[in-house]
Order: sequence, then structure tokens, then C-alpha cells
Amino acid sequence: MTTKYVLRFVALGYLAALLVVPVGLVVQRALADGPGDFLAAITTPEAMHALWLTVLIALIAVPANTVFGVLCALAIVRRRFPGHGLVNSIVDLPLALSPVVVGLALVLVYGRNGWWGSWLIDNGFQVIFALPGMVLATIFVSLPFVVREVVPVLREIGDEQEEASATLGASSWQTFWRVTLPAIRWGVAYGVVLTTARALGEFGAVSVVSGRIAGRTETMTLHVEERFQSFDLTGAYASSVVLALLAVATLLAMTLLRREDGS
Amino acid sequence: MAIEARNVSKCFGDFTALDDVSVEVESGSLTALLGPSGSGKSTLLRVIAGLEQPDAGEVFISGEEATGVSPQKRGVGFVFQHYAAFKHMTVWDNVAFGLSIRKRPKHEIEDRVGELLDLVQLNGLAKRYPAQLSGGQRQRMALARALAVEPKVLLLDEPFGALDARVRKELRAWLRRLHDEVHVTTIFVTHDQEEAMEIADQIVLMNEGRVEQVGGARDLYERPANKFVMTFIGPVSSFGEELVRPHDIEVRREPNGAAERATVERVVHLGFEVRADLALEDGREVWVQMTKAEADELDLEQGAQVFVATKE
Amino acid sequence: MSSVAQPVVKPLRRRRNPASLSLGVTSGYLSLIVLIPLAALVLRSTEGGARAFWNAVTEPQAVAALKITFLISLIVVIVNAVAGTVIAWVLVRDSFRGKSIVNALIDLPFALPTIVAGLTLLALYGPKSPIGVNVAYTTSALVLALLFVTLPFVVRTVQPVLLELDRDMEEAAQSLGATPLQTFRRVVFPNLFPAILSGTALGFARSLGEFGSVVLISGNQPFKTEVASVYIFGQIESDNVTGAAAVSVVLLVASLAVLLAIGGVRRWATRHDN
Repeated sequence: MTTKYVLRFVALGYLAALLVVPVGLVVQRALADGPGDFLAAITTPEAMHALWLTVLIALIAVPANTVFGVLCALAIVRRRFPGHGLVNSIVDLPLALSPVVVGLALVLVYGRNGWWGSWLIDNGFQVIFALPGMVLATIFVSLPFVVREVVPVLREIGDEQEEASATLGASSWQTFWRVTLPAIRWGVAYGVVLTTARALGEFGAVSVVSGRIAGRTETMTLHVEERFQSFDLTGAYASSVVLALLAVATLLAMTLLRREDGS
Repeated sequence: MAIEARNVSKCFGDFTALDDVSVEVESGSLTALLGPSGSGKSTLLRVIAGLEQPDAGEVFISGEEATGVSPQKRGVGFVFQHYAAFKHMTVWDNVAFGLSIRKRPKHEIEDRVGELLDLVQLNGLAKRYPAQLSGGQRQRMALARALAVEPKVLLLDEPFGALDARVRKELRAWLRRLHDEVHVTTIFVTHDQEEAMEIADQIVLMNEGRVEQVGGARDLYERPANKFVMTFIGPVSSFGEELVRPHDIEVRREPNGAAERATVERVVHLGFEVRADLALEDGREVWVQMTKAEADELDLEQGAQVFVATKE
Repeated sequence: MSSVAQPVVKPLRRRRNPASLSLGVTSGYLSLIVLIPLAALVLRSTEGGARAFWNAVTEPQAVAALKITFLISLIVVIVNAVAGTVIAWVLVRDSFRGKSIVNALIDLPFALPTIVAGLTLLALYGPKSPIGVNVAYTTSALVLALLFVTLPFVVRTVQPVLLELDRDMEEAAQSLGATPLQTFRRVVFPNLFPAILSGTALGFARSLGEFGSVVLISGNQPFKTEVASVYIFGQIESDNVTGAAAVSVVLLVASLAVLLAIGGVRRWATRHDN
């Protein structure tokens, strides 16, 4: 019997010391000087721009990865082409790769001396140190989630509903919209939530490709770092709280979707 | 001729599922594709439906070549063993699916779906979801769904395989009645010989990718083409070098010409039917089947000495 | 008399449909976003030949960074294996008020940006710590940060296995006289082991490349608390792109190796399944 309580104590204590207390402390410190200072810190022009930029990047990266994710899952599960195992591994790669390495790889293609970089810049298309680069970096790191959530769902529901739909006269597109997509919708939703969280929280890769120009190419996460380096702890904590709130919203969405999926 | 498969062959890797199979199905009939696992019967059904492409051979539906035609355009209704219900749609929407794909006017869909739900006796359950139905109800829904678009031919792949024994028997008789009412050419796949014999007009018995025999239940039972057919359809008993029907073995108390001597080892009374295991003089065993009346007349019991011969 | 030649079967017309579209889009997208940049990375790192690559990778500072990274990741991973299993066990087998909140919290490191994670740890365990614990700019800070970000991995791989585990096996063991510890060691643990292994492998891969959470708290001192990703970042800033690319390739190969290992573990784990 006592093992139960020891284990519980160890587990909860570990989580408290590592997760809960540190995050709680930052929230407390951000609001310590009163809500006024907090609001001021998150409404500076740089902070507002950072928020807007972060959301904009997510609004591009998440739908792109969602469409890709569904199509890729379909290709892996339904088409069974040779090398589908390889595709599966490539899709998993961003999960294991350092974000700094991702940023560097993008610079080597799109930067000043990159493969296509000089051609693009000459034609007025700035990728690195500009929005396109940051979008690409965010897409790269948040690529796997929709695929990984949809693949097992597709496997589980099997071919039969789609075959039935075909025998009833539905074209491939009709089958996709009316049978396949509704059947995988919770997997897609969960994947979208994970993708969004990853996109909003990206730091390392955008750090490399953005140049971190405050008010121009700073996302929320970069802004937090910038405030810290400028010894503005309140500012750093305030933006952190905003990000933490987004994280909590993500956790809520994940929990709700898990329940929905289970029912 | 409603359906014709000509010289159809299909391999999956090393495995030959169908080997030069030719089958004809008459319009309006109820045909069973019967056989053990791996006999190719489901593959043949799926080739007819267009869900598999044959490596060689052709399929004709209502006289027109259908071999290269997609399943969407063949006009076949298909019912799957595990129902393939659209889980996220209500029973009503499931049945209406084919009609709404064809963009039929709303009132037509309403009439037709209502009619079909009556036909399959699911009228109270239109707003339910498949998960809320029993297996038998789901399969009836699947049938209604397939019939909604008035297919030229109805194909059922082990339709009762996932149901328990009692429901299976009920639905099998129900299917026969439905067929008599609706008269759509129907082919169903089964491994259950009793099911095929009970309801099919014509049985196509398959084994290892080939057709062994085609005929009515009686033909296959009384005039089996080969040993496989005889063993698969109906009980067999080996007597001497031959295979015989156990009720074609005559048992007497007195010797009668070529009859062999045997001792009764075991007698089992199964109501109307009596089975007995007999041991011949040379140690070989044979089992026989007779009516209760015959057994009583012979006073059959363990240890009794009898004489056996095949009936003429 | 049947005809001599077998008629050729007409192939189904492959119109543009989701399945064929998916293949094209998938390869195109993956190539553009992932494969081409990684190819550029590998090629750039070997641009000066094998000698230049080797020199870059054996630079003392690079070697130190890689050593620190691998060593700390290993420590972190071992702690995670134990802590993660304990937490998963408590979440599955125990019940208490607020358990579902705790369960949701496990995913916090997935949802929280790494830079914020680093900041929160710095607040509690740094110079301004309210409890007087200051490990900033030490390797302990590295361990802390990496434990934070890799927390969910083992928990989330072990949980489903524990949930699915047939209690019958444990009950059978107990009816045969096994103590709870013996039951755990000989019946439960072998079934959990592959999940623990793949969870730790994922956590390991993640630690190797971690950047955001360590960059504030570790002080990034070369040879002391500088991890590989920070070193690479530094090299990019100093325009030593070859050096950065070379060490990046080392990390890339390590990540690939870990992914392959996880795949192998998965296949090995399911060898008893039908």
C-alpha cells in the first residue's frame, strides 16, 4: 500500500518541481508589478508586431501542413507505393532534428550564397531575413503532426467504406469528401492543434533565418529572448505569459479532442 | 445472361487466387459462390464488382463488357461482410447516399429511402447511427443502401459471416424472401454449405481458384463431379475404396450376399437421426446414418453384430 | 472452340483523383521543404572535401560541444526512463483528485515554447531564485532544461501500453505466488520495455538538438556548458558556415540513427503479436 503513496508522491513532486512551480513563478512575477505594467509590456509596438507576425506565420504554415498531412497520410496508407516506409521516416525527421540545423539548411538554399538564394534576391524575392524564410522554417518543424495523427486513423477505418462508396457510384473525389474526410476528422483536428502549438512556439529555426530585427522579423518567441537580453525581465515574462496561455489553450483543445475521439 | 465471367485469372504475388475461371449467372437468379477459405470466391466476386482487376479474362454484365469499367459505373450493389457502414452518417443518410451522389430530387430520395427502410424493416431506426444498431440491423441497412440505386446485380461477400448463428439463419431465410420479392440478380459468397444449399438457385463450388462444379443443391449432393465436391457437400463415409453417403450404407442383422460383417462400436441418437460407428472385420471403421425407425427395427446397440453393404 | 489468344484487359483509366494527386503533392512538398535544404546542408559540409569536414568536426570547441551534448542527453534520458515510467504508472494505476489535470499537464512541454520553458526554469533555479537554488550557467542547468522538454516522451509511449496491458497476466503471476515486485520485474516490465525504449530514444533525439530552453539558462560557455546546437548557432553568426554545416551533419546522422533504431525497436516489440 505504501508503495502507491510513495510513487504518487515522487511522480507529483517531480512534476511540480519541474513544470508547475517554474511556470507558476513566471506568471506570478509577470503580474507582480500589477496588471498595468503587464498590459503595457504586451502592448508595445514590438510586442504587438511580434504577436501579429507569429499569428500570420501560423495562419500560413498550419493550413499548408494540414493539406499536405492529409494527402501524405492517404499516399502512405492507401497507395502503398514502394518507398512508403522511407516517406514515413522523412516525415518523422523534423521531430528529431535540431531547429538550428533546420534554419541553417534553409539558409544554405535560400540565403545570399545559397543554391537559389542569389537568383531569388536578384529577382526581388527575399526569403531569408524575411517572412517567407520564417514561414518555411515553421512549416519544416511542424510538418509531421497531421500525418502522424491521420495515418493510424486511416489504417484503422480500412478500405471498406471507400469501396462501398465506389460501388454506390461515388467518384474518387466524392468518396474523399463525403466518406474519407469525415471519418478522419478527429485525427485531423488533433493534428491541427499540435501543428499550431508547434508553429506558435518555434524558436531555434526562426532564430537563424529571421535576423531577429525587432519590429520587422521578430516572432513572439524571439521577442521574449530579445526582452531578456535587454534586461527587461518584466517584458520577457509578460510575453511568456501570453505564450503560456496559448499553450494552456492548446492543452485544453487536446484534452477535449481526445475525449471526442474516444466517444 | 446477367453476369458472365470468362477465363478470369488473378494472382496476388505468388498466390493464385483465380485460375481460368468461367461462370455464368442467369438473370434474376440467386447464386452462391461456395468454397473453403482461399478458394477464390471472394476474389471472383470483387472482380465482378470491379474492386479488383483480373490479370486475364473478361467480365460481362447484362451482355456488355465491364472488364475495364470502374466500380462506380458497373451498376453493381455490394454488401460487405463487416457492413462497411458510413459510421458518421445516420441510417437514413447511409441508405440515401447513392441517390444523393446521383443528385436525385429530394422528394424522390425521401420516397425511395422510406420504401427501402420498410422493405428491410428498419423504419423506426432511420435517425440512428450504425454504432447503435445490432449486427443484423446493420447488414439490413447495408442491403437497403445497395438496393437504393437499383443495381443490375447484387453482390454479397459473406454477408452473414460476422453474425451469430441464430441471426445468421434468420437473415438467410429473409434474404431468400427479399430476393423473391425484388428479383435482382444476386450472387453471394459463403463458406457455409448449408447456407448455400438452403437458399441458392445455383451453386458454384470453388476450390483453390478453380470451379469444381456448378449446379443446384441436389445436383451437387447426388451427382458430385469429384471427391472434393462430395466431401464438401454433405456427409461422407469411407467404405472400402470408395466414398459413400453414410445413409447409402445398408445395415442388416442377417448376412446378405456380399455384405461384410461388422461390430457396432458406438451408437448416437440425434433425435430423428441415428449415427453408428462400426468396426469391420479387418479393423477398418465406417460410420453410418439411418432414421430412428430403422435403428429401432434393427435393435442397434453397442457390441451388436451386423452386416453392411452399400445400397444398390 | 475457344479463342487462341487471351484478350488484353483494358486498364482502368487513371483520372486525377485524390490518391494519385496525393502521391505527387507529397513528394513535391517533402522535396521542397525537407529534402532539398537537407541536401544543401550535406553538400555544403563536404564542399571543402573530406579533410575540411574532418577538421571542422574535430575542432576542440566542436568536440567539446558534441561531447557535452551526448553525455548530458544520456543522463537526461536515463532519468526520464525512470521518472517517465513512474509517472505513467501513477497516471494509469492510481486515482486521485485532479488526475485528469495532471494528465493534461504532461503535454505542457510539447505546447510551451522552449524559450519560455528556459525562462521559467531560470526564474526558479537561477540567480533570482525564491528558494535560493541557483544552478544557472552550470551543467545542472542543462540537465534541468532537457528534462523539462523531454518529459512527455516516455510518459506518452508507456501510458497506452500500460492501459492495454492484460491484468490477467499479473493476476496469474500473483496466483502462482509472485510478489508485486517479482510480478513487476518479470511480467509487467518486459512488456513495457519496448515502449520505454522508444520513448527514451525519441527523448534522446530531441535532447541532442535542443536549443531554445538551454540558450538562456546555461550561459553557453564553450567547453563547459555549450551544447552542439548553440555551437552551430555561434558558427553561423561568425560566418563559419562550413563548420556549422559539418557539425550539423553529425547531429543529422545521429537523429537518423535514432529514428531507425526506434523503427527497429517497434518491429522487435511486435514480434510476438499476430
